[in-house]
Amino acid sequence: MKNTAEKIAKSMKEISVAEFFEKNRHLLGFDNPSKALLMVVKEAVDNSLDACEEARILPEIIIKVKKLEENRFRVVIEDNGPGIVKEKVPSVFGKLLFGSKFHLGRQSRGQQGIGISAAVLYAQLTTGKPAIITSRTSPKEPAYVCHLKIDILKNEPVIIKEEEKEKFREHGVRIELEIEGKYTRRHQSIDEYLRETAIINPHAHIIYYTPEGNKIEFKRVVNHLPPLPKTIKPHPHGVEFGIFERMLKITSSRTIASFLTTDFSRIGRDTAVKICRKAGVKPEAKPRELTHKEIEKLYRVIQETKFIAPPLNCLSPLGEEEFEKGVQQVVNPEFAVAVSRPATVYRGNPFKVEACIAWGGEISKEGPAQILRFANRVPLLYQASACAITKSVQQVNWPNYHISREGNMPVGPIVIAVHIASVWIPYTSESKEAIASYPEIIKEIKLALQECGRKLAAYLRKKRKLQEKELRRKLFERYIPEVAHSLSVLTGEKEKEIFKSLEILANKNVMKEEKGEKT
Amino acid sequence: MKRREVAKKLKELGKEILEEIKKGENPHIEIPVRGLSNVIFSGDTLQLGDKVAKRYFFHVAHAKKFMQTLLIASFCKSLIDEGIHASLRDMFYNLKRTLPNSKENTFDEQTESDPIVVDLEVTLNVLREQLHLNADVRGRVVGNVIIEDRGDTIDWSKLGSGGWAIPSNVEDLVFKKVKGEFILVVEKNAAFERLHEDKFWKKHKCILLTTQGQAARGARRLIQRLSQEHDLPVYVFTDSDPYGWYIYSVIKYGSMSLAHISDRIGTPSAKFIGLTISDIDKFDLKNWTIKAKEVDIKRAKEMMKYEWFKHPKWQHELKLMIKRGIKAELEALSGKGLRFVTETYLPTKIETQDFLP
Repeated sequence: MKNTAEKIAKSMKEISVAEFFEKNRHLLGFDNPSKALLMVVKEAVDNSLDACEEARILPEIIIKVKKLEENRFRVVIEDNGPGIVKEKVPSVFGKLLFGSKFHLGRQSRGQQGIGISAAVLYAQLTTGKPAIITSRTSPKEPAYVCHLKIDILKNEPVIIKEEEKEKFREHGVRIELEIEGKYTRRHQSIDEYLRETAIINPHAHIIYYTPEGNKIEFKRVVNHLPPLPKTIKPHPHGVEFGIFERMLKITSSRTIASFLTTDFSRIGRDTAVKICRKAGVKPEAKPRELTHKEIEKLYRVIQETKFIAPPLNCLSPLGEEEFEKGVQQVVNPEFAVAVSRPATVYRGNPFKVEACIAWGGEISKEGPAQILRFANRVPLLYQASACAITKSVQQVNWPNYHISREGNMPVGPIVIAVHIASVWIPYTSESKEAIASYPEIIKEIKLALQECGRKLAAYLRKKRKLQEKELRRKLFERYIPEVAHSLSVLTGEKEKEIFKSLEILANKNVMKEEKGEKT
Repeated sequence: MKRREVAKKLKELGKEILEEIKKGENPHIEIPVRGLSNVIFSGDTLQLGDKVAKRYFFHVAHAKKFMQTLLIASFCKSLIDEGIHASLRDMFYNLKRTLPNSKENTFDEQTESDPIVVDLEVTLNVLREQLHLNADVRGRVVGNVIIEDRGDTIDWSKLGSGGWAIPSNVEDLVFKKVKGEFILVVEKNAAFERLHEDKFWKKHKCILLTTQGQAARGARRLIQRLSQEHDLPVYVFTDSDPYGWYIYSVIKYGSMSLAHISDRIGTPSAKFIGLTISDIDKFDLKNWTIKAKEVDIKRAKEMMKYEWFKHPKWQHELKLMIKRGIKAELEALSGKGLRFVTETYLPTKIETQDFLP
C-alpha cells in the first residue's frame, strides 16, 4: 500500500503548471479560437504598457496580425520599452507564473496573472512553432534573438536557437507567435480591444496592422506618463482569510505583534497588542506557530476592530483631461466630458472611479449607448451584463440629462466610459471580466455618471437654445415677405418699407428672446 | 353692413398692425376665443364670451398663423376691392404656395385656411359672405313670395317641383311680396317634396323650406330675415332623434362654432313642431319606430346637459327617448298613409299649437 501511495505522490508532483494549462486552457481565457487570438495580443500589449510605464518611457506599440491560412495567424507585438536582459528572456517567456505581477497592495494591469508565457504555450500547443523573442536593452549592445519553446512537463524554457542582431530599435521587445485563431472585427475583437486600450492609455502610440492589411493608428494625445502607482501594505479590513493565513506563513516578522504592525497599514503597536490580547494570542508568539483556531480568532478580532481608512495616494488614475482626450481621439464625438471622483474605500481597499461621457459627432445615432468598461487601465470586453459598471449605468435616470432611454439602457449618440482604479479590483469571477457590485462601488460610479450627465445636459441645453434661435430667425425671415405684402395690400402702404421695418424688428426679437433665456 | 365698411375694417386691421411695427412692438392680432369655453347661452341665442387670444408675429408658435391670417385678410380685401366672390376652396388654392428657399407651404390643407376665415369673421365682427367668401349652398324654399336677387325677380310659387335654391349670401336679397302665415322648416328633402307635391304651402298659407340636413348659413339667415322682417312664426319639423333636434336648436339659437354670429342667423322665436317621442303615442306611430343606437343615446345624454335644452319639455323628450331607446324618422308618418302628414299630422299640431319651445 505504501508503495502505491508513493507512486501516486510521485506522479502528482509531475503535473506541472504548464501541463495543467494544457488541459485547462479555458481557465485562462483561451477557450475558443477568436478569444485566444485576442488574448495573445492582449497579454503582450498589457506587458508592453506595464514595462514602459515602469521604465518611464512613453509607449509606442506596434501590433501586426497576419493571416497565414484559414484559422492560422502570425502575431507580432513590438514595443519601445526598456527591453529584457538576455538572461531573463527565456524565463519571462518560457516559464509559466514567472515574475508574475502579483504585488499585494499595488494597482497594476496584471489581468490574467499568468501572462505572456501562456500565449507562448498556446502557440506551441496549436501550431508547434516556437516563439521568436527579440530584446534590446541599450543601443550600445546588439539585440538578442531567441527561439523559444516550453518543456510542458518541467515548466522550463527550451531554447531552440539564439542569435544576436544589430538591426533593431534602440531598446524594446518584440515577440512573434504563430497561433491558431479566428479573426473577428466587431465586439470582443482585437480591433475593439486596441480601440479601448487607446482610450484608456492616451499616452500610448499604438499602430495596428490588421489581418485585412489595413493600418490603424492611435496617436499619442497625452505627452506625459501616468504616475507610477505606489505599493501600500494591505489594510487589515482588505484581506481575506486565505490571504491572511498565507501572509502569516511567508512573513519575515518574528512575533505576531510585529507582523501586525509591519505587514499591514494602519495598525500601531498598542492596537496590535490589544488585538492579540483580545484574541487570546501572545503578542510574542511566532507567526508560523499559530494554530488554525488561533488564526481564525485573530482574524475575527481584526475584522471587528476599527481602523482609520487606508492611504489613498497609492492609486494611478487617468485624470479628467486625459480621459477626455483619449475618448475624443478614438470616438471623435462632438462633445466629451470626464469626471474623476475622489478616491474612496470599499472593505479596506482604496479605489477611484472615473467616467467620461461622449456625445454626438461620429457616434452612431441608432441603438443603445456604447458602454466601455475599464479596470486599472485595461478594457473589459466580456460579461458586460454582470458588471457593476453596466448596472450603475442602468440605475442612472438618463432622461434627466436629456438622454432618452429604452428599457434601462440609455440610447442615442452616446458613449459612456467608466474606469475603476484600485489596488484590489473585486471581480465577479476568476476570469476577471466583470466587476462585482459592491454598494460603495455602484454609488461612486453613479455619482461620476450623474456629474458627467449634468455637464452633458448643460451642453445640450445650450446647443438646443442656439438651434432654436437659428430656427426662429429663419422662420421670421421666411414669413416676412408674405406679411409685408399682405399688409401692403391691406393698408396701401409701400411693401418695401414695411419689409425693412419688419427685418429690423425680427433681428431685435431674435436677440431679445435669447437674452431672456439667459437669465 | 356696406361693402365699403367691411373694406375699411380690413384696412384698419392692417393699419393697427403697421402702427405696432413702426413703434417697434411685436405686432399682434386679437382674436375672440371660439369653442365651448367661451360660449354663453343668453337665453335667446348662443353668444361668444369676451375671452380673447393674442396672435403675435414674433412668436415661434404663432408666427405661421399670424402670417396666414394676414394672407387671408389681404385676399378678402382684394376680393372686395375687385367686387368678386370666391369659395373657401378657391381661396385655399389661390393662397397655397411654397415659401421661397424652403419646403414649407403657406397652407398645406384647406382645413388650415377654413378656421382662419372664421377667426377673421370673429375679429372683424363681419360675416364670411361680407368678406366675399361664399359658404356652403344648401336648402330650398317655395311659397307665395316674390323676391329680387341680383336684378332678377323671382316668384317662389312658380318654380315647379324644385323650388328656389337658397344661395350662400342672402344679404342683398329684397322681398317684394311675402304672403303666408308661418314658415315651415323641414329637415329632410324627401319630406319637403312630399309636402310640396301636396301643395301643403298653398293649402295652409305658409312658406315651405328645407335645410337638407344641418342648416347652411344662407338658409338660417333667410329664415331669420323672413321671420323678423315679416313677423312670421317659424315651425321646425325634423326626425325624432337627437340629430334632428339639434338641427332645430341651431336654427333657433345658433351653433357653438358660429356663436359669434348667432344674432345674425339665429331665430329665437322658432318653435319645434315635431317629431317628438310623445307624438309616437299621440299619433299611434309605434309600429314605425326604429331602435335607437348607442350613439343616439350618448348624444341625447350630452344634449340634456346643454343650457339650451334645459326646458322641462325638452328634458322630458330626451329622457323618454333614452328610456324607451327608440327614435322615428319623418317618413314614419307615411306608415299611416302617404297623405297623413299633410292632412292629419301637421294640421293637428298647428291647430292645437302642440309645439316644443
